[in-house]
Amino acid sequence: MTADVEAVFRREYGRCVAALIRFLGDIDIAEEAVQEAFTVAVTKWPADGEPPNPGAWIVTTARNRAIDRLRRESIRHERHTQADHLYGTRPETELIEEEVVPDERLRLIFTCCHPALNQQAQVALTLRLLGGLETPEIARAFLVPEATVAQRIVRAKRKIKDTHLSYRVPSEAELPDRLGPVLSVVYLVFNEGYTATTGDLIRADLCAEAIRLARLLVALMPDEPEAHGLLALLLLSHARRAARVASDGSLVRLADQDRRLWDAELVREGQSIVVACVRRNMPGPYQLQAAINAVHSAAPTTQDTNWRAVLALYDQLYALTPNPVVALNRAVVVAEIDGPAAGLAAIEDLDLGAYHLFHATRADLLRRLGRTAEASAAYAEALPLATNPTEQAFLAAQQASLADG
Amino acid sequence: MPQYLMAVHGEPEVWERPYDEKLQQSYTDTAVFNDKLRDAGAYVFAGGLLAPSSATVVRSSGDDHLITDGPYTETKEHLGGFWIITAADLDEALDWARQASTACGGPVEVRPFDDDPGPTDR
Repeated sequence: MTADVEAVFRREYGRCVAALIRFLGDIDIAEEAVQEAFTVAVTKWPADGEPPNPGAWIVTTARNRAIDRLRRESIRHERHTQADHLYGTRPETELIEEEVVPDERLRLIFTCCHPALNQQAQVALTLRLLGGLETPEIARAFLVPEATVAQRIVRAKRKIKDTHLSYRVPSEAELPDRLGPVLSVVYLVFNEGYTATTGDLIRADLCAEAIRLARLLVALMPDEPEAHGLLALLLLSHARRAARVASDGSLVRLADQDRRLWDAELVREGQSIVVACVRRNMPGPYQLQAAINAVHSAAPTTQDTNWRAVLALYDQLYALTPNPVVALNRAVVVAEIDGPAAGLAAIEDLDLGAYHLFHATRADLLRRLGRTAEASAAYAEALPLATNPTEQAFLAAQQASLADG
Repeated sequence: MPQYLMAVHGEPEVWERPYDEKLQQSYTDTAVFNDKLRDAGAYVFAGGLLAPSSATVVRSSGDDHLITDGPYTETKEHLGGFWIITAADLDEALDWARQASTACGGPVEVRPFDDDPGPTDR
C-alpha cells in the first residue's frame, strides 16, 4: 500500500467496514469487500489522483464489488436471498461516488463489545474492525500468538452470526449496561500501552490507538459524560509518557517526574474536558479518575499538589466503585496528608495480596516509617508479582536503596 | 424467526429440597413468565425435568444398544428444565432469559438453534 492509501486505510477503515456490514449484514463479506476496494485504490489512485471523498469512494467500490460477488455466488440459497435484497433496495445506478456515507460505527462498537462476547474477543474485534489493525498487529500488541488472535476473531464473528446478534445501538434503557464494556475495552487497550505486560514500559502505539478510539466514542456519543471522562483520563495519563521513563530506561514515579516534560497540549485538552465534566455534574468513575489526574497536572511540583482535592475525589470514586485498588490509591493520598502511618493503617486490611503495587505501596510507606526490614520484605513480595521488566528493575532498585539508607 | 434454547442448570440437591415458600414462589413466578411468553407469541415449548437419577442413557453402535443407568455426564450440575422460544435476535432472547432467570431463580443458558429451515413456525 502507498503511504497515501495507507493513511486513508487507517482513518477510514472502521467507517467503511461499519457501513458495509450495515449494507450486507455480514462481517466477513464486508471486510473482504473493503479490503478489495483498497486493493483497487492502490492501483487507481496514484494514476487518477485521490478522490475528493476517499471514504465514500471505498464504500461505493466495496459495495459494487460485493454485489458482483453475491451475483456470482447466488446459487446458494442464503446468498441468493441476500443478493435479491441488494438488487431490490439499491439499484446500481444509485451508487454514485460522492454520496454521504452514514456513520454506522456506533452500531459496530456496540456489536464488537456485546456482553455475550468475552472481553478478549471484544478487544480483538474492536481493534480489528474499528481500528483497522491486522491480526499480527493485535497479536504483537497483546503478546499472544497470531493464531490465538485469529481464533478469537473467528469465534467472535461466528457467534455474532450464529446467535443473530443484532447490529444496533442499544436503547436508552439498555445503555447503562451496554456502555460499560465499550469503555472498558478502550481503557484496557490503553492500560496495556501505559504499562505493557513485558518489554518496554510504554507502548505508545497502543496508547495512541486507545485515544483514537476514545475520541471516536466522544464524537459518536457526545451526550455521554463517561465517554468524555475516559478521553480526558487517557489524555492526561498519556501526557506524562516522556517523564515516566528516565534516559537510562528506568521508571520515574509521579512524585519524581520532571513535569516540564509533560505534554502541555494534551494536559490542556484533558483539563478542559474535565472542567466541562464538572460543569455537567454527572460524575462517574472515568470522569473522577480524570479529575484526579487533572489536579496532579495542575501542580507545578509534587509539593504544590492539592492533596485535599485529590482525597475528596478519591472519596467520591470509592463511593461509586468501592474496590480495593481505589482504596489503595486513596491511602497513598492519605499518607501525603496525614503521614505514612495513617496511609499504612488504611491499607493493612485490603485483600490485594496478588497485586504488586499493593506490596510496593506498603514497602514505600514502611520505608518512610523507618521500618526497613519490613519494607525490604514487602519489596520482596512485590518483585515476583510485577511482570514488566522496567517495573521489576525499579522495585529491585528501591529494595537495594534500603540498605544504603 | 430464530429459535433459542433457554436451559436452566443447577444442582439437583437444590431442586430436591423440601417444599417451601421460596420454591412455591419460583413455581408461581415461572408460570406467570410462561404466560407472558405465550402472550408475546415467543413460546414454543417449556418443561421442567425430574432428577438426573431418573435418567437412562442408550448408546447404539450398529445393531447393538447399550442401556445404562444414570445421567450422561457425571457432574455436579445438571439440566433442570428448559424453554424453547422464538426471538428476533440475541438481545431479545437475552431479555427473555433475564426474566426467566429471575422467575426460576437459576442461571439460564441461551443457545441458538441451527438455522436450517424446519418445522419451526407454530
